[in-house]
Amino acid sequence: MKELMLGNKAAARGLYEAGCLFVSSYPGTPSTEITEEAAKYDEIYCEWAPNEKVAMEAAFGACLSGSRAFCGMKHVGLNVAADPLYTMSYTGVNAGLVIAVADDAGMHSSQNEQDSRHHAIAAKVPMLEPSDSAESLAFAKLAYEISEKFDTPVLLKMCTRIAHSQSVVETSERVVPKKDYEKNIAKYVMMPGNAKKRHPIVEERTKALIAFAEESEINRVEMGGTGLGIITSSTSYQYVKEVFGDRVSVLKLGMVNPLPVQKILDFAAKVDKLVVVEELDPIIENHCKSLGLTVSGKDILPICDEFSQNLIAKAFGEPVPETRKLEDAIPPRPPVMCSGCPHRGLFYTLKQNKCTVLGDIGCYTLGAVAPLGAMEMTLCMGASISALHGFNKADPTHEGKTVAVIGDSTFMHSGMTGLANVAYNQSNSTIIILDNSITGMTGHQQNPTTGYNIKGDPAGKIDLEALCKAMGFERVRVVDPYDLAACDKAVKEELAANEPSVIISRRPCALLKYVKHNPPLVVDTDKCVGCRSCMRIGCPSISIKNGKAHVDQTLCVGCNVCAQLCKFGAFSSSKKGE
Amino acid sequence: METKNIMIVGVGGQGSLLASKLLGHLLLSQGYDVKVSEVHGMSQRGGSVVTYVRYGDQVASPVIDLGEADFIVSFEILEAARWLPYLKKDGTIVTNTQQMDPMPVITGAAVYPENLVEKLKASGAKVDALDCLTLAEQAGSSKAVNVVLLGRLSHYFDLPEETWLASLEAMVPPKFIELNKKAFALGRNQ
Repeated sequence: MKELMLGNKAAARGLYEAGCLFVSSYPGTPSTEITEEAAKYDEIYCEWAPNEKVAMEAAFGACLSGSRAFCGMKHVGLNVAADPLYTMSYTGVNAGLVIAVADDAGMHSSQNEQDSRHHAIAAKVPMLEPSDSAESLAFAKLAYEISEKFDTPVLLKMCTRIAHSQSVVETSERVVPKKDYEKNIAKYVMMPGNAKKRHPIVEERTKALIAFAEESEINRVEMGGTGLGIITSSTSYQYVKEVFGDRVSVLKLGMVNPLPVQKILDFAAKVDKLVVVEELDPIIENHCKSLGLTVSGKDILPICDEFSQNLIAKAFGEPVPETRKLEDAIPPRPPVMCSGCPHRGLFYTLKQNKCTVLGDIGCYTLGAVAPLGAMEMTLCMGASISALHGFNKADPTHEGKTVAVIGDSTFMHSGMTGLANVAYNQSNSTIIILDNSITGMTGHQQNPTTGYNIKGDPAGKIDLEALCKAMGFERVRVVDPYDLAACDKAVKEELAANEPSVIISRRPCALLKYVKHNPPLVVDTDKCVGCRSCMRIGCPSISIKNGKAHVDQTLCVGCNVCAQLCKFGAFSSSKKGE
Repeated sequence: METKNIMIVGVGGQGSLLASKLLGHLLLSQGYDVKVSEVHGMSQRGGSVVTYVRYGDQVASPVIDLGEADFIVSFEILEAARWLPYLKKDGTIVTNTQQMDPMPVITGAAVYPENLVEKLKASGAKVDALDCLTLAEQAGSSKAVNVVLLGRLSHYFDLPEETWLASLEAMVPPKFIELNKKAFALGRNQ
C-alpha cells in the first residue's frame, strides 16, 4: 500500500519490517520520531534511555544476545555515544545493530552543525544516507543485512529535511531473524591482547565494504548530459534533480562511508566536469581529490548552513525565480517560553538577583532571550553544572552570585556526573534543577524522573532530592517557580550558604495534558498605571493596549506570576471568587 | 505536470500540522507524487513556522524556495508578509486577517506594520484575506481556523467538495467532524 510517511516514521517502519526487537534511544530533534514511531509497534521493545551512551550500550547488549537492535539520536548525541561506537567497530555484532544519527544542517534546533560522517570515518563503520522516506525505509532494512553480513554496527544518517519530510512509501511484511548468543571472549572482551587481533579484522572489513560500495545499487549512476557530472547524496541529490533534471549526469551515493573508488573514477571519466554537491564538510570532495581527480565543490558551494534548489542553481549559474518583498521591516517572531511556562518565574528571580547563570540544553535555554536575558552560557548536555564548578573553583569570588540551571531530563542525561564532581571536589556551587516533569523541547518524552515509560505506563521513578542527598548535599530544597517570593528566598539563602546546594524548581510543563489551568487573568484598567512591570517576564499573553496592560484570554493559563509583579493589584482572576 | 507548491505559514501552536496532513492525503488520493516538509523542535515554541507541500508527477526537493510558491496559506497576516518573497510571480496568498504580536512587538523593540493586506496587494500578489477566527468561532471553535483556511483554499482547486470532505473525514476524529465540515463550508463559500 502506498502512503505518505515522515522520513523518521519510514525508518521506524524499516526497523519493524527488518524484525528489530529492541530499541533504546535518547530524544533529540530531528531524530526523536524514529523511536516514538517504533514504540507504536507492540512487537518491538522500546525505551528512552537516560542518554545516548547508555542507549547504544543497551542496544549493543541486545544485539549480542541475538536480537536485531536499534538506537537513535541527533548528531551531538553521537558524540556522547562515541565511546561504545568506536570499540563496537572492533567487536562487531551478533544480530544486526543499526544506529540512526540525525544531522541538523541549518541548526533548526541544535547548538552546532557538525557533520556526523566524520564519526563513521573515524570509527570505521559503514554509513548509509537516504534521500527520501522510501529510502529511509529501505536503507534501515538494508542496514541490518550489511550489519550481519560484514559483522559491524551500521550508521543510518538522517538530516532534518529527510527526517521531517513526508514522501511516498510502500510497506511490506515483517520478518524476524533471530540468532543465539555464543560465548566468544576473543571477540567481545576488548582488552589489549584481544583488541590488537580485532583491529586488522576491521581494516579487512573496510576493504570488503569498499568492494560492496563498488557493486551496490544504492550507489547509483544516472547518466544524462555528460558536460557536467555531479556526485551527491541525501537531500542535496533532490536539490540537484530539482535544478537539472536529466540535463546532467549524477552519481547518487546511498552509502557515504566507506566511499567507492572505481565507481567514482569510472563516472569521472564519462563527464567533462566533475562537481561534488554535499552539505557541510567536503568529505566526498576530499575523497575525489585523494583519487587524483580534478573536482569542484566547496569552491562554489558553502560549508555553512543547509542547501536549497535556488542555492544550487545560483552556484551553477542557472536562473532562479523572481522574488519580491515589502518595504516595511518585518519584526522577527523568535520562539518564546509558553504562557504559564514554569521556567519563567525562576529566570525572573535570577535576573532580579543579578546572578550569573550557566545554562544547559532544553526549552529553558530561552531564558537567554530578551526581556529575561538571564542565561550567559550554553554548551552541551550537562555542561552547566561542570562549568559552574570550574568557574567557582578558579575564582571563588563568583561563588555567591553564580548558579547552574539544568532541566530534569538533561540532569539525568549528564548532569549527575557533574554534580558528583561538585560533591566530591567541594566547590561552593548552587545548582538549580528545573524539574518540569518531562523532556520538553523535543516534544514531551518521559525520562527517569517522571515515573512513566515511553508507552506512558508506570515505570521506575528516580527521586531527585534523595539522589542529591545521597551524593552528599546537605542543602537540598524544593520551590514552586510560580511563587516568586519563595524563589527569591531560596536563591538568596542558597547563594549565601557556605556549602554546595541544590534547588529543585518543581512544576510540570504547562503544555502537559494532565496539567489543570486556572482561569485567565484580567486587568483592572482603573488600577493599572501602565508601568510595564508585568512586561519584564516576557509572557506572550501580556501586551500593552492603549497604555494599559492587556491579557490575551485565549493564551493565559492563570499562572499568576505577572500579578506578583504588579504593585497596584491590577491583575485578578477572570472567574469571580478566585 | 510541473510541480506545484503550497506553503502553510503561521505561528507555532496554530494547527498548521493538520492542514498539511489533510493536503498531503488529498493530493495523494488524486494520484500525485507528494512531499510535505515541516520543521519541529525549537521553532514550535510560539515562533514563526512553515510547512511546505509540493505535488506533481515526480517531486524532487522537499522544500519550496524563494519565488516558487503557487499558494501561501497564512494563519496570521504578519506571517504572510514575512514569507511573501517565496510567492511565485503570479501566486496567490490566502490569509487569515488575525494579528498576533510577536515578542519584539510586545516588548516595544519592534513595530507591527500597518495595512498589510493593502501592502501585499500593492506588491502585485493576489490576496484573498478573510477573518478566519470569527468564522471558526461561528463554526463552534476558535481552533478551526486551519479548516476555514483550507475551505477557502479549496475554492482555487478544480476538485469536487466531496473529495476535500473525504480527506477531512480521514484526518479528523469523528466527534469533531461536524464542526470541521461547518468551518470548511464557511471558508469555501465566503
